[in-house]
Amino acid sequence: MTAPAKSAPGKAPAKQSGRALRNNLTAYSFIAPNFIGFCVFTLVPMVFAVALSFCSWDGAHDIEFIGLKNFLDLAGDQTFKTAFINTIVYCLGTVPLTLVCSLGLAMLLNQKIKFRNFFRTVSFFPYVASLVAVAAVWNMIFSPSMGLVNMVLASLGVENLPRWAAGKETAMITVILFSVWKNMGYYMVIYLAGLQGTNPSLEEAAALDGANKWHIFRHITLPQLRPTTFFVTITLTIASFKVYDQMYMITQGGPGDATITLVYDIYNIAFVNTPKYGYASAVAMVLFAMVLIITLIQFKGSSNDN
Amino acid sequence: MEGKKLSNKKTNHAIMMVIIYVVLIIITALMLIPFLWMLSASLKMNKDVFTFPIQWIPDNPRWKNYVDIWTKIPLLTFVKNSAKLTIIVTLLQLFTSSFAAYAFAKMDFKGKNLLFLGYIATIAVPWQAYMVPQFMMMRAWHLNNTHLAIICLQAFSAFGVFLMKQFYEGVPSELCEAARIDGLTEYGIWFRIMLPLSKPALSTLTIFTFVSTWNDFLGPLIYLTKNELKTIQIGLRMFISQYSAEYGLIMAASVIALIPVLVVFLALQKYFVQGVASTGLKG
Repeated sequence: MTAPAKSAPGKAPAKQSGRALRNNLTAYSFIAPNFIGFCVFTLVPMVFAVALSFCSWDGAHDIEFIGLKNFLDLAGDQTFKTAFINTIVYCLGTVPLTLVCSLGLAMLLNQKIKFRNFFRTVSFFPYVASLVAVAAVWNMIFSPSMGLVNMVLASLGVENLPRWAAGKETAMITVILFSVWKNMGYYMVIYLAGLQGTNPSLEEAAALDGANKWHIFRHITLPQLRPTTFFVTITLTIASFKVYDQMYMITQGGPGDATITLVYDIYNIAFVNTPKYGYASAVAMVLFAMVLIITLIQFKGSSNDN
Repeated sequence: MEGKKLSNKKTNHAIMMVIIYVVLIIITALMLIPFLWMLSASLKMNKDVFTFPIQWIPDNPRWKNYVDIWTKIPLLTFVKNSAKLTIIVTLLQLFTSSFAAYAFAKMDFKGKNLLFLGYIATIAVPWQAYMVPQFMMMRAWHLNNTHLAIICLQAFSAFGVFLMKQFYEGVPSELCEAARIDGLTEYGIWFRIMLPLSKPALSTLTIFTFVSTWNDFLGPLIYLTKNELKTIQIGLRMFISQYSAEYGLIMAASVIALIPVLVVFLALQKYFVQGVASTGLKG
């Protein structure tokens, strides 16, 4: 499994001088600690995952090759379909919302204002905070019967208070709001970096020509931010496909299976129900294919830019 | 730059600034309220946590919550486990990543591009797609329910190698050449020249690894089922599901789980922001 690192010097032409060989060996010794660990604990399981998706295995008996059966079974699996649709819904909810919020915040914090660093730090902190801890607070603040949010809504005279994580229609929205709150600071920092690369003289010229703030933003700043927006969209989309922890902590996938996602499905198939490792890997391949498509779009997009 | 544009319309500018500050204060409040609520609730009796209108500073702060939490669950064990894993993973990550990145950035050798391709090819593969076979493999080696499994999982990332390589490529190669002529070995150049120069990149990698290992949930959830091995995140989650009505204690434990990351984040914030920003610019 560590063959690439070791076989390469053997292939060196015989006439290669001893010095070059020694140089190669030194280089391999630099790479080996990381690369061996990386091969054993990342590359091998990846290959194993692809192979396993064509097999049936419960962990106790022998692995059995069953061809495409896992993938055919997926087509008739209602839980998988729900998980797939929920993942897409979550993606369509979080990506635009996080994008708009983080861009807006970056525009505000790119101005010359007092306490700018304080505002930036505060917006960024939810991103690094422990998910378990902040999800616990979130659950209490959004508690349907006694939480702060519903108390405020009730005092404003709202009837039919939303049931948030406990309601079938509102559970996904609750998780989406939580994700936007937790992650927007991270993407704000990326946008702030993108704004550093924009040309302020263009905006100044437009202002002299009498363009208003919105037009300057819409026609001058935003086009210059295109590469950043592209990167943020891709990163957000991939992250949203992999979502699991938020659901586990806020809705437990429920009510019913209203917030089951693909990773949730993989986890349940492999670790909660009677284990079907081959089938879990087939679901994992669907997840992988989705991420791969987005990554290919990214490669194509960024090579077009250059 | 905003000031210049609007200098001819001072009142307009003033109104604009007021709006900006009002919006910012609202956003800051939304960002901070959950944390303030957490802090406030951690000092209350369970029956007072949900009183409305909310009493942000309790009349009789119940500091006892912070004493009780250590005996109610083995919190000290959880904190120790998390600290141990985080420190070991971060050190290993720093060493192996900067070591490998040096060869990729500053040395010529056979198979360099092929080996690097090995790292690049895996970027698109989410961990969640191979976590199941990875677990089966670890279990076959009897590494489930060991801290070694978590260390192996986290310590050898492609991300660290990319980050360090990118930084090393910015260091002039003449520095290395001069050191070679002076008789330093490659190991010497790495240790005496590259490592001291790469403090900003090492700090970025430190905070990224620290935060992700300390906060990691799914990995420890799958691998660590014995109480004495659990990390703070898994332990806290277990406590929440077992004593869901112990609001005050849950919030006290949450505050404790947040503190280490808050400290490291505030200390190394600059590097964290730089790191995030550079990943964005690269794309």
